[in-house]
Amino acid sequence: MSKKEQVKALITKQECMTGEIFEMRIKAESIAAEAKAGQFVSLYCKEGGRLLPRPISICGIDKEKGELRLVYRIAGEGTREFSKMQAGDEITVTGPLGNGFMTEDLKDGMHAVLLGGGIGIPPMLELAKVLPGEKTIVLGYRDADTFLAKEFEAYGKVLIASDNGAVGVKGNVVDAMKAEGVKGDLFFACGPKPMLRGIKEYAAAQGARAQLSLEERMACGIGACLACVCKTTKVDEHSQVNNTRICKEGPVFYAEDIEL
Amino acid sequence: MNLSVNIAGVTLKNPVTVASGTFGSGMEYGEFVDLNRLGAVTTKGVANVPWPGNATPRIAETCGGMMNAIGLQNPGLRVFKERDLKFLADYDTKIIVNVCGRSKEDYIDAVEQLADTNADLLEINISCPNVKEGGIAFGQNPKMAEEITAAVKKVAKQPVIMKLSPNVTDITEMARAVEAGGADAVSLINTLTGMKIDVERRTFAVANKTGGLSGPAIKPVAVRMVYQVANAIKLPIIGMGGIRTAEDALEFLMVGASAVAVGTANFVNPYATLEVIDGIAAYMGRHGIQDINELIGCVK
Ligand SMILES: Cc1cc2nc3c(=O)[nH]c(=O)nc-3n(C[C@H](O)[C@H](O)[C@H](O)COP(=O)(O)OP(=O)(O)OC[C@H]3O[C@@H](n4cnc5c(N)ncnc54)[C@H](O)[C@@H]3O)c2cc1C
Ligand SMILES: Cc1cc2nc3c(=O)[nH]c(=O)nc-3n(C[C@H](O)[C@H](O)[C@H](O)COP(=O)(O)O)c2cc1C
Ligand code: FES
Repeated sequence: MSKKEQVKALITKQECMTGEIFEMRIKAESIAAEAKAGQFVSLYCKEGGRLLPRPISICGIDKEKGELRLVYRIAGEGTREFSKMQAGDEITVTGPLGNGFMTEDLKDGMHAVLLGGGIGIPPMLELAKVLPGEKTIVLGYRDADTFLAKEFEAYGKVLIASDNGAVGVKGNVVDAMKAEGVKGDLFFACGPKPMLRGIKEYAAAQGARAQLSLEERMACGIGACLACVCKTTKVDEHSQVNNTRICKEGPVFYAEDIEL
Repeated sequence: MNLSVNIAGVTLKNPVTVASGTFGSGMEYGEFVDLNRLGAVTTKGVANVPWPGNATPRIAETCGGMMNAIGLQNPGLRVFKERDLKFLADYDTKIIVNVCGRSKEDYIDAVEQLADTNADLLEINISCPNVKEGGIAFGQNPKMAEEITAAVKKVAKQPVIMKLSPNVTDITEMARAVEAGGADAVSLINTLTGMKIDVERRTFAVANKTGGLSGPAIKPVAVRMVYQVANAIKLPIIGMGGIRTAEDALEFLMVGASAVAVGTANFVNPYATLEVIDGIAAYMGRHGIQDINELIGCVK
């Protein structure tokens, strides 16, 4: 378990990548030291009326500089507020939260498939960086704004899908996998629920395991409030019912353990 | 300087606890704060058997507050006693166990199961707005409130705090009813029933349609209600509703609460409880007050 902390972090970079997608880098040494791929942080707004943290995945970890890279989409007033902050400003952040991907499942000689859809793409970049061996990376976008795609090329073969067909295969990442006949021994994914459902099926058909990263509204972000649950196939150890906490036991789960 | 207060014969080392449901049983926030420093830990509502709670989304943010409809998901008393109460046994803090139920029998079963445990106080939630018959029927009808209080008192081995709902016309009527039923203390307020619409999706922001509003937005309502109850009954009061800072907590103490609970503020600042405790001590220092009890109810 990583040690969690709430700190005031210095923003070292803030940049619009494309359209409503922004990149923010923050200096948060204690969090960066503990963080791993697939974990997230809670970002807090300065506007006092907005109380709750905004959960944002960790897209990159620079242990040397003690920095985290976050890539986010303006989805409402909170993320809009973040996009207006600038290098030199401070932001309150809690982390690292959740457990991240189970990278130890990838054994020698196994082929990994990494899938990201939309704003589920950012956490896959840090995973691509740390996962050893050969991998296929499939990224799904809305349109031709293929943020981060270039950076993935350093880590494996990259396939692209877009909802409107502007680049790559028209459709989502599952359509792209089908078009290319992608095979893998272990699947890792983050993205919208319909996409995750498709991946669960696709991986199961190959007899491969899939690790899926989920989203839900959060209040505490650390497992205390029971806001962020998802349904589980078996009775959960902590809750004693078929519910598990995404912020605490997740956000990454084995596909077979959860109901999507 | 004395910060300790007395609730129904139980001494809290300081007047600050946490609001049920916002702090689990302390395991998670224990990674941020030293639980030994809290006057008491108040645990998430627990029932005689596990409850699955509501569908998601269970929460929504509102300006200066939030709405929740968790639906009292809980692991049931068997596991709660084995795990949560054992965990808390290692800390030098008082334990307030919040109990929920769907019927009189549920409450009695739960309270009986707690008889031989290290719980110091029981807080009976008759005010959760988020579950059908989840206690709220007891919380809005004075006759039923008195009856359930009397029934619980009959079997309880620990002092009983009745947690009152603000979703009533006259809170003093409910306070008098539980006093008549034999309650040892009251706590208030639980959340205010609210609703939020997601206009983009043209649907309710929380799956349950309605949710309980909490956070800074409700504080003035809570302070007013604590003031009214303090003037209506003789029982000690645990005040809550939107407390974030020591000044917020002092408002509640000054209108008559003997202790206060920090709830939604934990989500914003996991260190909020400690900042409230330190802030109260600093206030007392600044104003030359030797005993916190001098402040309780000082604003008439
Ligand atoms: C584990 C996790 C990781 C995430 N990683 C990223 C990421 O890397 N990049 C990114 O752009 N987005 C990410 N999201 C989604 C992001 O949290 C929301 O887009 C953001 O909270 C919206 O806030 P807002 O104030 O702009 O929107 P509003 O709609 O105004 O927010 C209102 C409330 O709803 C919550 N909320 C709204 N949408 C979501 C959502 N999709 N998921 C959870 N809570 C939501 C907000 O936190 C806030 O409390 C992640 C979500 C989760 C749960
Ligand atoms: C997420 C959440 C869960 C809650 N669960 C419970 C509960 O299980 N039992 C209970 O009596 N009150 C519950 N409450 C109500 C709080 O204990 C408290 O009365 C209310 O939130 C007002 O305080 P606050 O504004 O400081 O949060 C819950 C509140 C929230 C926000
Ligand atoms: S957000 Fe509170 S338990 Fe996950």
